[in-house]
Amino acid sequence: MDLNKLTETSGEWLKGSGPDSDIVISSRIRLARNLADFPFISRATELDRSEIEKRLRGIVRGDHLPLTLHYLNVAELTEVDRQFLVERQLISRELAESSGARGVAISQDEQVSLMINEEDHLRMQIMHSGFDLVSAWEQLNAIDDAVENKLTYAFNEQLGYLTACPTNVGTGMRVSVMLHLPALVITRQIEKVFRSLHKISLAVRGLYGEGSQAMGDFYQISNQITLGRSEEELIEQVSDVVPKLINYERIARKFLMKENQESLHDRVSRAFGILSTAQTISSEETMHLLSSVRMGVNLGLIPDLQTPHLNELFIHTQPAHLQKLSGVELETADRNIERARYLRTHLNREENGQN
Amino acid sequence: MKCQRCEKSATFHITELTGGKPQEHHLCEDCARQYLTQGETQPSSAPSLKGVLANQLKVGQTAEELARLDQRACPVCGITFFEFRNQGRFGCPHDYVCFGEELEPLLMNIHGETEHRGKKPQTHTGDTDGKTDLIRLRREIKSAVAEEDYERASNLRDKIKTIENKQAES
Repeated sequence: MDLNKLTETSGEWLKGSGPDSDIVISSRIRLARNLADFPFISRATELDRSEIEKRLRGIVRGDHLPLTLHYLNVAELTEVDRQFLVERQLISRELAESSGARGVAISQDEQVSLMINEEDHLRMQIMHSGFDLVSAWEQLNAIDDAVENKLTYAFNEQLGYLTACPTNVGTGMRVSVMLHLPALVITRQIEKVFRSLHKISLAVRGLYGEGSQAMGDFYQISNQITLGRSEEELIEQVSDVVPKLINYERIARKFLMKENQESLHDRVSRAFGILSTAQTISSEETMHLLSSVRMGVNLGLIPDLQTPHLNELFIHTQPAHLQKLSGVELETADRNIERARYLRTHLNREENGQN
Repeated sequence: MKCQRCEKSATFHITELTGGKPQEHHLCEDCARQYLTQGETQPSSAPSLKGVLANQLKVGQTAEELARLDQRACPVCGITFFEFRNQGRFGCPHDYVCFGEELEPLLMNIHGETEHRGKKPQTHTGDTDGKTDLIRLRREIKSAVAEEDYERASNLRDKIKTIENKQAES
C-alpha cells in the first residue's frame, strides 16, 4: 500500500456523506481479541510478540477473509508515516508509539483496519462515513468469524472474549459515533449533555480518543460497558442517543441563528477571514476556526464552500499530512507557515472557482 | 512506605486510571477511605479500579487481607494481584480464572453484569483455558535456560511441540 497515494484523499471518516452528515461525521466499531495460547502484551516477551505478529499477519493477509487487506509493518515505518496513520484514525496512538513487533492491515477504502499487538493481540476496527452502525457491524462480524476460523481466541464461557483490560471483557466491543457539536459548545450546554450521557454509562472522548482534547468540537460517543449485553444491544444503546444529540445541536444552531445571528455570522466570517489570509497558524487554531467555518457552511452563512472540502482541510492541515503533502519533514514553525499557505491556496481557490 | 497525606504507613496503593496518565496514590487506611469516598460526589466519567476498592472497603475487607491478596500470583504468567492493580492490565487469559473471585466485584462495578451475552466463537468453540498451559511451558523454558538446565528446556520444548502439533491436527 502506497501511503503517499492516500494523502490525495480525505479518508473514509471525513468523506462527509450519509444522512445528517453535517453533524454525524462517522460511525466506528472495534473488537478486541486475543490468542488463547499467548500471554497478553504486558507480559509478552519479545519472542512472544514476534510469534503473535507472525501468526496474525499470516491470517489477516490470507485470501479467506471477505476482503483484501494491505499489511504495514508499523515497527518499520517512519515516525511521520506512523503519525499520518494516527491522523487518519487507521491506527491508535498507542500502536504508533509502542515498541516491538506490531502491524496493521488496512483495506483500500480505509474502512477496515486490523491492528496487531496493540493493547490486545488483535484490534479490529471498521469505520463508515455518517451514521451507519448496523451495516458496519455486519461487515466486521463477518471478518471476525473469518479470522476465528483460522485460530483460537481466548474465550471463557462465562466472561466471553478475554481481554488485557477487564474494561473490555465480554464482547470486546466499542461502538462509537463521532459528532460535530459546535453550537452546543458555544451555548455552553455540552457539559450538561456529557453528564447525562455518563449517567447512562456512555463515554465521551475527543477526536483522537482517550485523553485527547475535543479538538475542533468533534466528540466521540461510545459504550462504556462491554459485558452482559449482546453486540446488537450495545449498538442500539449508542444508536438511541445519536438522534437526540443531533436534535439538541440543531436546536442550539437554530437558537443562535434566531437570537444571535449577527454575532454568529461575525464569528464564522472572522474565522474564515483568518484561515484564508493568515501567514502562520498552529494546528489547534486551525481546528478551532475550521469548526466555526464548517458550522457556518452548514447554516448557509458562507456560500460557495462544501462540507466534504472542509473535512479535507481538517485532515490535510494535521502535522503529518502537511509534511507528506509538502514532501519534506518540517519543524513546528515551518509547519505553521506551510499550513497557512495551504489554507490560503485552498480557501481562495474555492472562491475563485465560482467566478 | 509512608502515607502521602499523614504520618501513618501506607497500606493502600491506588492507581487512578481515569483521565490522562495513570496516577499512583500511596495512602494509609483512613486517608484511603477519605480519598475513595470523595469521588462519589463528583460525576465520574469512567468506572475505575478505585471505585472497586471503595466497594471492597465497604464490605469490610481489612488492609491485611488486601496485602495478602496482593501477593498472590498467577501460576501461568506470574503476574501478582498487586501488579494487576497497579497496571490495570492482566498478564494472560488465565488471570480471569485464577483471580476470578476478586474480579467479580470489579466486573460488577465496571459493567453491572458478570455474564457474557454476546456472540461466541463459531469454529473453535468452548472454554480455552486449557490452552494457557502453553504459556506456562514457554515461561518454564525461559527459566530453565536462565538456570542453564538445558535438558529440562529441551524436554519442555518437545512437550510444547507435541501440544502444538496436536492442535494443528484438530
